[in-house]
Amino acid sequence: MNEVSFVRTEMLEQEAPPASTVGVIGWLRANLFSNALNSVLTIIALFSVFSLLYGFLPWAYSPTWAAASLSECRDILHSLGREGHFSGACWGVVRDRWVQLLFGFYPSEHYWRPVLAFFLTFAALAPVLFAEKTPAKMIWVSVLYPFVMPWLLWGGTVWTPVVALLGFVVGIYVYRTVTAAMGSLFGLIAAVVAAAIWWLFIASSVSSGLAGILELAMEPVSSRQFGGLMLSLTIGIVAIGFSLPLGIVLALGRQSDLLIVKALCVGFIEFIRGVPLITLLFVASTLLNIFMPPGTNFDIIMRVIIMATLFSSAYMAEVIRGGLAALPKGQYEGGDSLGLNYWQAQRLIIMPQALKISIPGIVSNFIGLFKDTTLVSVIGLLDPLGLSTAIRANAEWNGVVWELYGFIALLFFVFCFSMARYSMYLERKLQTGHK
Amino acid sequence: MSELSTSREIDRSKMQVSDKVAIQINAMNKWYGAFHVLRDINLTVNEGERIVIAGPSGSGKSTLIRCINRLEEHQKGDIIVDGIELTSDLKNIDKIRSEVGMCFQHFNLFPHLTILENCTLAPIWVRKTPRKEAIETAMHFLEKVKIPEQANKYPGQLSGGQQQRVAIARSLCMKPRIMLFDEPTSALDPEMIKEVLDTMIELAEEGMTMLCVTHEMGFARQVANRVIFMDQGQIVEQNEPEEFFNNPQSERTKLFLSQILGH
Ligand SMILES: Nc1ncnc2c1ncn2[C@@H]1O[C@H](COP(=O)(O)OP(=O)(O)OP(=O)(O)O)[C@@H](O)[C@H]1O
Ligand SMILES: [Mg+2]
Repeated sequence: MNEVSFVRTEMLEQEAPPASTVGVIGWLRANLFSNALNSVLTIIALFSVFSLLYGFLPWAYSPTWAAASLSECRDILHSLGREGHFSGACWGVVRDRWVQLLFGFYPSEHYWRPVLAFFLTFAALAPVLFAEKTPAKMIWVSVLYPFVMPWLLWGGTVWTPVVALLGFVVGIYVYRTVTAAMGSLFGLIAAVVAAAIWWLFIASSVSSGLAGILELAMEPVSSRQFGGLMLSLTIGIVAIGFSLPLGIVLALGRQSDLLIVKALCVGFIEFIRGVPLITLLFVASTLLNIFMPPGTNFDIIMRVIIMATLFSSAYMAEVIRGGLAALPKGQYEGGDSLGLNYWQAQRLIIMPQALKISIPGIVSNFIGLFKDTTLVSVIGLLDPLGLSTAIRANAEWNGVVWELYGFIALLFFVFCFSMARYSMYLERKLQTGHK
Repeated sequence: MSELSTSREIDRSKMQVSDKVAIQINAMNKWYGAFHVLRDINLTVNEGERIVIAGPSGSGKSTLIRCINRLEEHQKGDIIVDGIELTSDLKNIDKIRSEVGMCFQHFNLFPHLTILENCTLAPIWVRKTPRKEAIETAMHFLEKVKIPEQANKYPGQLSGGQQQRVAIARSLCMKPRIMLFDEPTSALDPEMIKEVLDTMIELAEEGMTMLCVTHEMGFARQVANRVIFMDQGQIVEQNEPEEFFNNPQSERTKLFLSQILGH
């Protein structure tokens, strides 16, 4: 035996790979028909998709856009020779009611206000979401947005948001002066107290005084006129915006060495998580009035927003706690050993990493919260689902189901899916090599 | 293990020990719950000293140097660093920590920041150095540890040895007067150990006060002016390296040396 003597005398030219491993056929093979079980599953899946579309498309393709009632839809389909329960969709309801599904009973001459607020939301979010792609000055839009948005939606005198904003100015001014004299802890306490006094006792008289001098007001719109998708978005956006910072605070509180802070946070989180959101909403709509001094009129949407925020922040806190727990102890020690204090370490080292780890969970929470806004229909607010009940109770559209709910589902899907995509973008962007 | 870890000549001319005290530890005791980890530790470190702490696993070496910048609290006795006594007064602690640099076994770099940002973070936020100046300092020290070209990468993209050198540079950016090392090379491959030790030797040559927990006995022989041997939370023996290695006094030290030097 002398196998070692095999020596190639000529080098081989590069060859194309076998046809069965590249191109369409190669791909099909590798991904859909790689073995018997895989092939069977592929065929079953294709068949399901096909039969779904086979049923859906003819139903969806239905020239009923112009119809003004369900019976008109039926007549159109009948004249086409299509009979039966699922002979065709009745799109007329979407044409007839889409504006209402978007705006509820918001006065139509003021539709521009929620629309403007909606686009301002994007302008305000851009510096936060796409920090390096937006000009630095844009951050001012984000700062002013929380004051402009409510004014646009609810109207009233412009002095209310201005005076509310002044509360922060007062707080910052007090913080600066007191900190210089007595240190930052006293500064913080004094600032919070000063701002609270301003908002609770001084703000309303100042704003009515200013309004008396110069009346700059938009027509007020009451909360009961809010409805449809804009109601869901209002509640959703505000609650999302507040629940993240609140969740961070709760998560940190839960890890705190201070026994009372820790107990309060744990108690809050466990209580909120143990109670259904609907219960909280009922509390918001009825019980809260009992605790309020008689005669105070605390806006119903505000109450719902507060409850939704509290509810979501408890979940948020747990998601963030998961992120915190995933960080190695060495990160804290690294920060400590460099002389960073607790807040600096949290802000610069711990939170950026913990939040990054928690992105999928946080965004799931956002999506869940946004969809939960539909629960407000049980306390009589007219979100899209509440409106759909009203529409279906109407003589013209009594009996319409799929078209209406399908449209509402689509509206929600657009927003939820965008959030999901953004979270994936963010995860990719923050990828900085393995640990 | 016993062989010298570096081939170059070592310049001992600047390794002068001054008679100013940098760290003073008096009758210090520490417990983890009921477990008495450190027992009656007395140690004085002068400025410019290079001290190597050796001892079997679990003897409390890490705990001791972590007490010096108060990553751990001691319960009895006192520790005075740079004239400041370590108490639970937060202001003192942050001040001490910015004077005392520390390098860990697992580097503890911040993975979400670039190398440069890792190095400028503390100077900017703790020392309030202007950003531009902080960057200059950082680049200076990164050049010193011979990786300026990695400044804009993330820690995850560097080798272990490079990461440890970044960690050293990061500590140096705070211009510390004392450097603590906790087994800086024990998570590294042999070639990388050399590059990290070389950096540490350079630091010693510049007269830095150093406390170093390590099993690199070559480094101890060459650089240290004192070797401390710990066992069961106590300082069992301390001596000059020559004496320590050639003429150990206690039985525990002899046993330890025979194990670690392999004969
Ligand atoms: N956080 C802690 N809680 C309780 N016990 C601890 C803690 N950290 C360390 N110990 C114990 O204290 C003793 C000393 O630990 P230390 O880490 O200081 O040892 P070491 O000398 O550095 O050992 P090694 O060479 O393995 O790093 C060990 O017995 C260890 O189990
Ligand atoms: Mg150790």
